[in-house]
Amino acid sequence: MKTDPATMQIIMAIVPKLRAFAISLSGNVDRADDLVQETLMRAIANIDSFEPGTNMQAWLFTILRNRFRSEYRKRRREVEDADGHYTESLVAQPEQSAKLEYKELRVALDKLPSDQREALILVGASGFSYEEAAAICGCAVGTIKSRVNRARNRLATELDVKSAEDFGPDRNTRAVIAANERR
Amino acid sequence: MSSQAIAGAKPKSGGLDRQVQAKIGQQLRAMYDEVVDQGVPDRFAELLKKLDSAQGAPKTEEEPR
Repeated sequence: MKTDPATMQIIMAIVPKLRAFAISLSGNVDRADDLVQETLMRAIANIDSFEPGTNMQAWLFTILRNRFRSEYRKRRREVEDADGHYTESLVAQPEQSAKLEYKELRVALDKLPSDQREALILVGASGFSYEEAAAICGCAVGTIKSRVNRARNRLATELDVKSAEDFGPDRNTRAVIAANERR
Repeated sequence: MSSQAIAGAKPKSGGLDRQVQAKIGQQLRAMYDEVVDQGVPDRFAELLKKLDSAQGAPKTEEEPR
């Protein structure tokens, strides 16, 4: 049975967001694109289990998030003798993958525990509600809220933000921020 | 919470300054939106087309590659 064309259109439209989520989670474009590919394959193969009328974006994000988590656990087992250093080997070298202007943010994000990082990205960047993020991560709403708060506090510390003026490593980012503010 | 107290940067226990939070959120979204704005790479458009036409064929293996 072919997937209904309207559904394919919807999935296609979500691909850019899936990539942004995957890159934000993993910090590595190549790995992220592999994750997106696996997610799409899995989604199409299991399209019958998607309930029409529910949130397709949340469904796809859940698949991707679970793929990322299981890969993360697997890799951690593989390198666990290098105790304490597994995070460094799991996250990509930011200088290779992320745009330079986001390097500081990328480094700070990679220092977050993975559950805090995913919560912050889902709520702070993807624009999901706390309730939707909780459903994607399979945890309570209160848990998501506290993870997001802890993540923000930690980022502020890592980035050494004393005031809004300190923020933004360079002109490009400032320009983007300024442009956003004018919207 | 974080144990490393960078002088002056440690957030008060009550949470972050609203403005600082807003700035973090803005940069996070800017980084994210930059990827969103790249649209759908050809690789995925082709993959979706292929997956769609393969529908109905025997299921692909559980673990891709």
